[in-house]
Amino acid sequence: MPAEIYLNVAVSGLLTGLVYGLMALGLSVIFGVVRIVNFAHGEMMTIAMYLAVALFSAYRLDPLAMLVPIAAVLFALGYVMQRGLINPFINRPEHSQFMLLVAAALIMVNALLIAFGPDARGVQTSYAFASYALGPLIVDATKAYAGLAAVTVAAGLFAFFRYTLIGKAIRACADNYAGALVVGLDVKRLYALTFAIGSACVGACGSMMVLLVDVTPPLGPTYTLLAFVIVITGGLGSMAGALLGGVLIGVTEALGGLLFTPSAKSMFTFAILVVVLLFRPQGLLGKRLT
Amino acid sequence: MTRRRFVGVGLGAGLAGSLAAQSFAIARAQGAAVGAPLKVGVLLPRSGVQAGIGQDCQRGVDIAPGILKDLGLPELAIMNADTETNVEVARARAERLIGEGAQLIVGAFDSGQSTAIAQVAEQKGIPYVINIAAAPPITEQGYKFVFRNFPTASMILADAFANQKEIFAAVGSAPKSVVFMHVNDTYGTSMQKGIDAVLSKADMPYKILDTIAYDPAARDLSVEVAKAKATGAEALLLVSRLNDAMLLTRELVKQRWTPMAVLSMGPGWYEDQYLKTLGRLADGPISFVPWYDPNKPLSKALEAALAKAHPDVNLNTNHIYTFEALLIAADAYKRAGSADPKALADAIRATDIGNNVSIGPGIRFDAKGQNATLKNAAIQNRGGKLVTIAPKSAANAKPEWPLGPYDKRG
Amino acid sequence: MILLLTDGVPRRVLKLLAGLSLVLLAAPLAASDYLITVLILVLYFAYVGQAWNLMMGFAGQLSLGHALYVGLGAYAAAALYVHFGVGPWLGLWVAMASSAAVGATIGFLAFRFGVGGVYFAILTIAFAEFARIGFDHWGWLGGSAGLFLPVANYARNDILTLRGSPTMFYYVMLTMTAAAFVLCHALLRSRIGYYWLAIRESPDAAQALGIDIFRCKMVAVIISAAMTSLGGVLFAFYYNNLFPEQIFHISRSIELILGPIIGGIGTLAGPIVGAFLLSTLAEGLSEIMRWVGIDLPGIKQVFYGFCLLGVVLFLPDGVWPPLGRWLGLGREEGDRESGEGER
Repeated sequence: MPAEIYLNVAVSGLLTGLVYGLMALGLSVIFGVVRIVNFAHGEMMTIAMYLAVALFSAYRLDPLAMLVPIAAVLFALGYVMQRGLINPFINRPEHSQFMLLVAAALIMVNALLIAFGPDARGVQTSYAFASYALGPLIVDATKAYAGLAAVTVAAGLFAFFRYTLIGKAIRACADNYAGALVVGLDVKRLYALTFAIGSACVGACGSMMVLLVDVTPPLGPTYTLLAFVIVITGGLGSMAGALLGGVLIGVTEALGGLLFTPSAKSMFTFAILVVVLLFRPQGLLGKRLT
Repeated sequence: MTRRRFVGVGLGAGLAGSLAAQSFAIARAQGAAVGAPLKVGVLLPRSGVQAGIGQDCQRGVDIAPGILKDLGLPELAIMNADTETNVEVARARAERLIGEGAQLIVGAFDSGQSTAIAQVAEQKGIPYVINIAAAPPITEQGYKFVFRNFPTASMILADAFANQKEIFAAVGSAPKSVVFMHVNDTYGTSMQKGIDAVLSKADMPYKILDTIAYDPAARDLSVEVAKAKATGAEALLLVSRLNDAMLLTRELVKQRWTPMAVLSMGPGWYEDQYLKTLGRLADGPISFVPWYDPNKPLSKALEAALAKAHPDVNLNTNHIYTFEALLIAADAYKRAGSADPKALADAIRATDIGNNVSIGPGIRFDAKGQNATLKNAAIQNRGGKLVTIAPKSAANAKPEWPLGPYDKRG
Repeated sequence: MILLLTDGVPRRVLKLLAGLSLVLLAAPLAASDYLITVLILVLYFAYVGQAWNLMMGFAGQLSLGHALYVGLGAYAAAALYVHFGVGPWLGLWVAMASSAAVGATIGFLAFRFGVGGVYFAILTIAFAEFARIGFDHWGWLGGSAGLFLPVANYARNDILTLRGSPTMFYYVMLTMTAAAFVLCHALLRSRIGYYWLAIRESPDAAQALGIDIFRCKMVAVIISAAMTSLGGVLFAFYYNNLFPEQIFHISRSIELILGPIIGGIGTLAGPIVGAFLLSTLAEGLSEIMRWVGIDLPGIKQVFYGFCLLGVVLFLPDGVWPPLGRWLGLGREEGDRESGEGER
């Protein structure tokens, strides 16, 4: 097989991996701070994708342009969910959290089925079929834009957590819950805010993802699982880790599919997961778990 | 009386009561007056992953009554049920329908669910007419009450290759090499398994350079298409579903590869959503599928009825075969003269309907309950519509060859 | 032995159990085939739920990939039958052995390397998915085209090869569920049962007392895996066709843990109550939808989701503990303290 195929596939995997990484970032933020296992993560992205589809089919609004409004809607949804539903579950055992979010996910998926029907919906922007040729490299335009958007949003998030007061407060809650209380932080509100930020992240990711993938109601669970794998691989509590994990998974799957049977390429993801869990459970860039 | 005892008695009474009610309902159910509409249970996946297809098949059910009446066939009382794309639910629903008096069952699109229903039907001695399910084992079990009016994977393959040769002869050109891509699900794998056996006998002008299987849930097929392009094959032979068809087409455009032909032996490439979403980019692919004979009068009637009920929907496999299942039911009921299940099953076995919709001499069943006379067509996408280009007896257009380059389609 | 098992159990509980057993034994005489089919499903979920509960409720390990063992059991027994003509009563030993081996591997990897909590849960999902994709590509077992068991005459009930009417399957399933119930009850009262309780409540204290935590957890995982695989064997011979995409799918894993979680984790009656409740709820909702005339695909699942939500929000320990208390049956050994979390 000519060498440029490998390059093409790797680049494609990298760009897709960046978008996956952003999705995982949202989960990492939620899990790292609020310690809630958000099993409805993929479903929330599906909701964002449907929003993008609806806006596009009604008003021809490009999903990337709609990124901020869609993220805002998901922000609100996340805040309400956390405040209203999830808060009492923070100290409950995992299986209870799991049940809660599984029930929520079930409702979301079927509500979407009723609202939008079972057929796959996509967004056909003017550049949906475009690609850039750079020498032997053919780069898919939609992937390039999505990847760029992912990096931008991630950078924004980094800046938020590092330089703003609220961002630091949230990190404080994650690092030391008791300490945060002692210092007088309104932990409940910060938790809700964090969940909201994580949801906004997933909302932004949805508007990018809809350029790459058509949405159907049962799309969520695959991506929830993928997000978890990436978070664990990259390392909990490390935002760079989430992106790195995403890229790693994206590239590995792509190259694995090229070298072996494409239908088995997900096995590589799980193999990586098992290896990481056993030999470096804190993930590639995570802090060692106490 | 203590609370416990009260509850205990209450529960016991409730359970006994519901059991009794069920039995009573059974006793009443199956006995129907002669001349009454035949109770037909229709099992389709109306929710779950296959919801789109199930709801499409339902359209075939909805337009049937009018046409059956025009043919002078007895009325059918349709009992709709949802298998929820789940084997266990399919089985339970089948039991339920029979318990409520269904005298014949039709369904269920999916091979796994159809197998479960077939077992129930055989056990209960209620005739079961399968509308769509291609897995060969279903009619190899020695069932007496299960009938399939749909080709098996091997039949689809054999016809596909025969039609391809006919097309190559008609256009005077043929690819020397192909790459075979297939979705790794029940249908795709059945086709892939059958292909070696059929290909050796078919004497095709091309070689299969590589076989690429992909995950049915895959959302991104860029790697698969890159791999296919890298083989240097002239044409693309494939078995896919609707979503993959759209994804593959997009990748073909983005990776700047226009094969000599796209030869699809499954669903997807001719479906309404494909045509609508891709517009001009949808033209050209040839699909080898169980189809209707556009020259048969009943086909025209069916087409007209569908156009009236759903103006923007093209007549396709789902509608045709679901309709024919009901046609078989009504025709057998007329000949049997009674709703007795055994009589119905015998009548179905003796079916010989020449005035039908699908391609071939007509509907008749062999000893295993399979309609082995079905023929499959080659259809091509042209300007948002579908034309039949092979076999000659059922054709209504000439093939367009080769595939127009994707980057010149505006 | 019966005295040993029933020692300490309140008499009213025994009377209730006896009454329930009689009703269940007699059910096929009065019930329609449809009802029997539903009951078989209920008992199946009660059985695998009980097996899962052993690992979760007793040893505190959340397994979200239990469909793996169902699938392994089903494929092992089915493959032996299809390719070698070996009947299910022999095949089930192979099924149990292979599931136990896989369970032990997962347990070993997890416990030795200190993987717990949600990480363990994700690990189990990963193994189940790995199996799903792997079996999809395993031609000898049919791959994604599926493995079909040859189906024979239904007129005769053949217990040896598990071919027969639903009534036969009903009694087999009933026996399995009852046996699981008795087994779990016996295990809870045995030494290891108390060790499990100690590990669940406070692993550090247990370790300080000299309990071999690793060994106890492994035993729980192995028993749970083996039990679950038997459910898979029955599944294979009842449905007669297996597809990796369906049997190993994560939705199956979630399906089979709904019962015990709703019913009450860690309790003996929880999985059974949960299974009955959920099936009744599902069928009931379908009925109501039909009766009201709403024919919207997906609406039933929305209501179902809300019901689940309701139970999770208002009955955090499951339905059985408050129900049992209300019926005056008292707490059983193995009940969890309510609201306690595991971090």
